[in-house]
Amino acid sequence: MLGNDTSTELKYPMTLSKDSATADALTKIHARVKARWKSGFSESSFRKILYFAGICVLVLLVAIFLSLVIASFPAIRRFGVGFLFGTTWDPVKGEFGALPFVVGTLIVSFLALIFSVFLSLPTSIFLGEYFTEGGTPTFIKSMIELLAGVPSVIYGFCGLFLLTPLVRSLEVKLGVAPYGVGILTAALVLSIMVIPYSASIGREVINLVPTDLKEAAFSLGATRFEVIRKVILPYARSGIFAGILLSLGRALGETMAVTMVIGNSNFLPTSIFSPSNSLASVIANEFTEATGRLYLSSLIELGLVLFMVTTVINVLGKVIVRRMGVEG
Amino acid sequence: MKEFPVRKRIVADKIFKAVIILLSFACILPMFFIIFFITSKGISVINWEFLTQLPKPVGEAGGGIFNALIGTFMLIAISTLLSVPIGVLTGIFLSEYRKGRLVYLVRLSIETLQGIPSIVFGIIAYVWIVVLVGSFSALSGGVALAMMMLPVIITATEETLKLIPDSLREASLALGVSYPRTILKVVLLSGLSGILTGILLSVGRVAGETAPLLFTAFGSPFMDFNILKPVNSLPLMIFNYAKSPYPEWHRLAWGASFVLIVFVLGMNLFTKLVTRRWKVQF
Amino acid sequence: MIHLGASSSGVGVKKVLSLVTILLVSTIFAGIGHAKDVELIGAGATFPYPLYSKMFDVYNKEYGVKVNYQSIGSGGGIRQLINKTVDFGGSDAIMSDRDLSEAKAPILHIPSCAGAVVITYNLPGTPQLRFTPDIIADIFLGKITKWNDRRISEINPGVKLPDMNIMVVHRSDGSGTTFTFSDYLSKVSPEWKEKVGRGTSLNWPTGLGGKGNEGVAGLVQQTPGSIGYVELIYAVHNKMPYDTVKNKKGNFVTPNITSTSKAADTNLPDDMKVMLPNTDAPEGYPISGFTWILVYKEQNYAGRSEEKAREVVKLIWWMTHEGQKITEPLDYAPLSKKAVEKAEKLIKSVTYNGKPIMK
Repeated sequence: MLGNDTSTELKYPMTLSKDSATADALTKIHARVKARWKSGFSESSFRKILYFAGICVLVLLVAIFLSLVIASFPAIRRFGVGFLFGTTWDPVKGEFGALPFVVGTLIVSFLALIFSVFLSLPTSIFLGEYFTEGGTPTFIKSMIELLAGVPSVIYGFCGLFLLTPLVRSLEVKLGVAPYGVGILTAALVLSIMVIPYSASIGREVINLVPTDLKEAAFSLGATRFEVIRKVILPYARSGIFAGILLSLGRALGETMAVTMVIGNSNFLPTSIFSPSNSLASVIANEFTEATGRLYLSSLIELGLVLFMVTTVINVLGKVIVRRMGVEG
Repeated sequence: MKEFPVRKRIVADKIFKAVIILLSFACILPMFFIIFFITSKGISVINWEFLTQLPKPVGEAGGGIFNALIGTFMLIAISTLLSVPIGVLTGIFLSEYRKGRLVYLVRLSIETLQGIPSIVFGIIAYVWIVVLVGSFSALSGGVALAMMMLPVIITATEETLKLIPDSLREASLALGVSYPRTILKVVLLSGLSGILTGILLSVGRVAGETAPLLFTAFGSPFMDFNILKPVNSLPLMIFNYAKSPYPEWHRLAWGASFVLIVFVLGMNLFTKLVTRRWKVQF
Repeated sequence: MIHLGASSSGVGVKKVLSLVTILLVSTIFAGIGHAKDVELIGAGATFPYPLYSKMFDVYNKEYGVKVNYQSIGSGGGIRQLINKTVDFGGSDAIMSDRDLSEAKAPILHIPSCAGAVVITYNLPGTPQLRFTPDIIADIFLGKITKWNDRRISEINPGVKLPDMNIMVVHRSDGSGTTFTFSDYLSKVSPEWKEKVGRGTSLNWPTGLGGKGNEGVAGLVQQTPGSIGYVELIYAVHNKMPYDTVKNKKGNFVTPNITSTSKAADTNLPDDMKVMLPNTDAPEGYPISGFTWILVYKEQNYAGRSEEKAREVVKLIWWMTHEGQKITEPLDYAPLSKKAVEKAEKLIKSVTYNGKPIMK
């Protein structure tokens, strides 16, 4: 099986090609390619190829960053750091400021995080402490993983047609402008989307809490509730935090679902019922039509900001996860 | 030290447990809602015409998603062909050279790449390919998707290969097999299931992506096999039709969503089964 | 004991892998082989999209040429034409001097039809409302906020207006419809002209954004109390109510094909770059506009073939002649004879390497 294959040459069977002449010809070609393969590849050239592949990935990342910076240059040169704090996004006058989108992104993401923690933390405790084995927990785990697999556009579609009317009737009851779409709707949709990220990491860190710690507490007469509150959660605190960070990273960059339900307004939002725009959604909306060099490079600078923010948060989360010894 | 009466603490404990169970089940409710709604609204739309016809112009009833299906397939083909070779080779690189400056930097790059929002990849593919080629194209969409597939494939390859004991490598080398062939024909092949899982997972992920295709693949009402031309895809079509005011288009979007979710979730479940059956046992 | 789960089907796995790879690669190469088929790509205005999608479907059936038009907004059409990623652009907005200088080569504006921008709204009972120019401007400026405002009820006697907030819906993307509408508003309201101005993407004082005419229509349809502006066909097709507006000469005009054509029946410059809103025509609908096909005058750029240039010219000629039959059934106004004459002159001036393509 290993190393001697002159007798186990891959012969093209009759089923693959209908006549023996073709099968023989194919076998001969295959043999010739194999011979070349055998003699042509030396260890050092193979190792060089491996190195090359690794460097390619590195170069790719650097190239992405540099491309973003270079393409943002006109905007950077024109607006400088003030870009991040400008509140006007006016393509007619050529004035571009990112603050409405930064604020929109932050509010939607943090709101989504708060909503999702309400569901993901109990689930982590459920799966990590109460029911760690068995059919039902496995089912719940699979369901949550499936949540992560649903495409973003489908979340947006369902959000637009199922959630928006509900939010609209809520707004009517509250006497607020019944847009239906807006920050609240986007945060609700987003919160469902990010549950899997914090739930799975939370579950693993809670599971990893050393048994003797828990047993010591139990033997002192603590109830399950108290053990969770005073032993498990404090111990797993940084891991849970890392899971939340990773959810945040995902929420910040989420595009399609947010674009479809956030209302697309380029103004600083005034309440959670306001329509707004996130960094990602304004790029999605306006990229293909940015007329003018400055407009386009301002949008790309928004992409650069998004890139940097999500990178920092994601790397931070991953570092903490690794420190806790959990395979993220 | 304050002492709480035991009864109170036990009651609190039971309430807590009940709340936890409730919230955990509430957590998976959205999944049921989504599957229920998409199935109920989408399944009635599926018929032979829906799957094999091109979309009709605005205002005309009927039409189908054929070009979107083909387009999705084409995009997956392009992105897989672009990302698998480099991805697998890099995964081998990381598992063979466990330590070192370059390895550390490459690992960092992969983690960074994984967290980049998909729309940024769309921007990059636009700047690199669309402007160069001079038109929107399936190729540029495939490139954007390939960049998204890379981290998953690399990580899956590396993790799988790490599981294979060194003794296998050493046995092969001891028998005189050259290093490249050891890696490619022995180590790689035995880790094939794990690598395939990684590839299938990333395919499932990019099949549902829309944002990077908005200004690369662009969309098209026609059927086109040319990779240098724009192409439609299922998620793009759902996006365009969902935000339109035409009820016929909404209907098509539900049907397309049903097809898409069956494919993506099916892919996820399939990889879970495959992992369980083909696990490398030592 | 080492047991490699996959190796028992080692040869089978290799076969499957090679088959899959061959399948994937051949898909790609089959595609490249078709590179010679002529397909024209256009992008831009959503205003004429229902018309264009029908036109290109008919053209495809008659001539076999595929025309792929994506409605991403006039701003998008202009941008993509400047980037040379499309063969032609669609726009209801005239290109600004800044855009033209960025294009570095002359771009022709060839009209394809005229349409009406209507004010559509969502009110219980769907009453038929009348508006005057200043009311429209003040609603969109955010100064009139309630439907039962005195000014609206004054010119709509007999209509019971509810005590609801007016929710403005506008375009979130770069739009020629916005350009036409804001051109009108700038002409009738000095405050609008100063505060907001005319353009494809505006800094709207208030309101929600929808993507494309479709997005605005969709939002107005779903949001009670909302008001928005869309091309006529979008309101008709979705059975949404629309306005009757007082024009420059003091007549209340309902938007339809006749009133749009009348609005377009004015002096037309040779380059056809004229904005129709607030027309002098006594029976013309005041918020009408042309929509143009934008092409480079000199078609030999970025390695384009002469054949492709010829196909583009043929397409535009067809659109302005036989294609005009499709306009009226879809509630667009066909080009007047004068307009077609001017269009013909423009089409004949399209060159390849300096030589006119169409004689």
